[in-house]
Amino acid sequence: MKTQGMFSKVMLGFGFFFLYVPILSMIFFSFNNSRLVTVWDAANSPTLKWYGKLFGDGAILSAAWLSIQVAAMSATGAVILGTLAGLVLSRFGPFRGRALLQGLTTAPLVMPEVITGLSMLLLFVSLEQLFQHMFGWQFDRGVATITIAHITFTMAYVTVVVQSRLAGFDDSLEEAALDLGARPAKVFFRITVPLILPAILSGWLLAFTLSWDDLVVTQFVSGPGSNTLPMVIFSRVRLGVSPVVNALATIMVLIVALGVVLSAVLMRRQEQRRKREEQMAAAG
Amino acid sequence: MGSRDSYGRLSPLWTFLLRYGPPRWSEYVVQNWTGQRLVIAVPYLWLIVFFLVPFLIVLKISFAEFSPLGRPPYEPVFRWLEEGALQIKLLVGSYVYLFNEPLYVSAWIYSIKVAFVSTLFCLMLGYPMAYAISRATPTYRSVFLLLIILPFWTSFLLRVYAWIGLLKTDGVINNVLQAMGIISEPLAMMNTSFAVYIGIVYSYLPFMILPLYSNLEKHDNTLLEAAQDLGAGPIKSFMRVTLPLSLPGVVAGSLLVFIPAVGEYVIPSLLGRTDQLMVAKLLSDEFFLNRDWPRASAVAIAMLLLLVVPIMIFQRFQNKELQAAKK
Repeated sequence: MKTQGMFSKVMLGFGFFFLYVPILSMIFFSFNNSRLVTVWDAANSPTLKWYGKLFGDGAILSAAWLSIQVAAMSATGAVILGTLAGLVLSRFGPFRGRALLQGLTTAPLVMPEVITGLSMLLLFVSLEQLFQHMFGWQFDRGVATITIAHITFTMAYVTVVVQSRLAGFDDSLEEAALDLGARPAKVFFRITVPLILPAILSGWLLAFTLSWDDLVVTQFVSGPGSNTLPMVIFSRVRLGVSPVVNALATIMVLIVALGVVLSAVLMRRQEQRRKREEQMAAAG
Repeated sequence: MGSRDSYGRLSPLWTFLLRYGPPRWSEYVVQNWTGQRLVIAVPYLWLIVFFLVPFLIVLKISFAEFSPLGRPPYEPVFRWLEEGALQIKLLVGSYVYLFNEPLYVSAWIYSIKVAFVSTLFCLMLGYPMAYAISRATPTYRSVFLLLIILPFWTSFLLRVYAWIGLLKTDGVINNVLQAMGIISEPLAMMNTSFAVYIGIVYSYLPFMILPLYSNLEKHDNTLLEAAQDLGAGPIKSFMRVTLPLSLPGVVAGSLLVFIPAVGEYVIPSLLGRTDQLMVAKLLSDEFFLNRDWPRASAVAIAMLLLLVVPIMIFQRFQNKELQAAKK
């Protein structure tokens, strides 16, 4: 037991070192004055000049704004569709085609992105031809096609999160509400949604992050002129390291770290309050 | 009361009248089914139109003939002839090419090798980490899990980018090692297979650790105590008790790393070799540079066929987990 415990603890320490050194070094060198990024210019550092350059960089700023819009729309769409799919799969019992639906919702989780991207693009091209042929109407690829593609691959994550949350509750609460005369829609909004609200929120955040971060699928389905932030970053870092990208990464890491720590603290506090209430209920 | 049938359902006339009255639970029984169908239909239709149909289109185009100057650049597979007959033209040329062209054959082998080696490294690092987390006290446990998940929420692309700064010739690792006098010449680490392994292990480590952790956490400690009481040493009791029990976690974590790693595009493009491509890069070059849509589609279908068995194993595992959570 002892040796095993020691070995795994050492590996845990090494693992965290491995996970965090790249991120910390990226943050550290964002304050470096030198254009060479990894060569520390002790005389003139630390400096905020790359942050200044970042906020004067029109291409990055407009791409970030586009990415935020796409991610917010995709996450919202994915949450609606993913919650419905999760509800259907865990509450509606057996129905014809259930296995196919289950397959369609889990496949995007592991599907290589190039395949998803290529197939989505070929669909959009076919639809373009069809619409032109039938209505003489030509649509351009851009924000709409990116959003549809993102909804499709992120809703799988929402479905899994919602489904596993619903699996943790039996449906006696919903049954009781139905017996007491509530309509299915009312039961859904008054009982089911509050129960799975944490799953819906984390599903939204997960979908937002995945959409915000996606490069490969977006490259396939975006049109001319609609560049998302990952596309801009990718085209810059292909040419090598760039101090502006370090500054951008630092800001993103800080926002995420703040959000994650804050949500962890909130969840902990809620958990404690619930425990207190349970104790009081048991005592009373 | 003749308005109810033997199951207590209301007849259609009563349903119609009651719909405008106050809600009744019996009304739910009648309305229930149409509502359920609608709820099923919405996500179902979306996934069929935007996930299933696209694959059928890819399958169709993979059998089409490449016409470099066409818009789109392939000959139609189905065509209505003037006599009203349907002409179907299927070519397997793209597939034959995939398995004969040396560039492709080496890319297939290399992709599988990279995915396999990275999965192995990920398991070697991830298993002890998951084990240590599952043995920690509850407070530490939640902090450790938070630290594992945190990088996952930050940009994947930027985390891969961070390794360029570490690995390149005048990068952080070489600078530190040279300053310490361990090496005199900088190591060539960028644009190697080693860099791709590091990138994949780094990006996918949480996917390995989390399923392993959720398995290891459920283990019953009394089993280990029993093994030790019966005289098994720490290594033996690990090999005979913990490891076999954790196999489902090992399988799930490994598949979650292996499947996307075979089709990885970003990591090899940023860190990998320039003289040896992976399949995903070939697919994208074939599509964007050569505009050979049929061949790119054939690559996608072949990759899917290669991954269909691991994907199905993963799905079965996923379903089992959800079933277990219900109990």
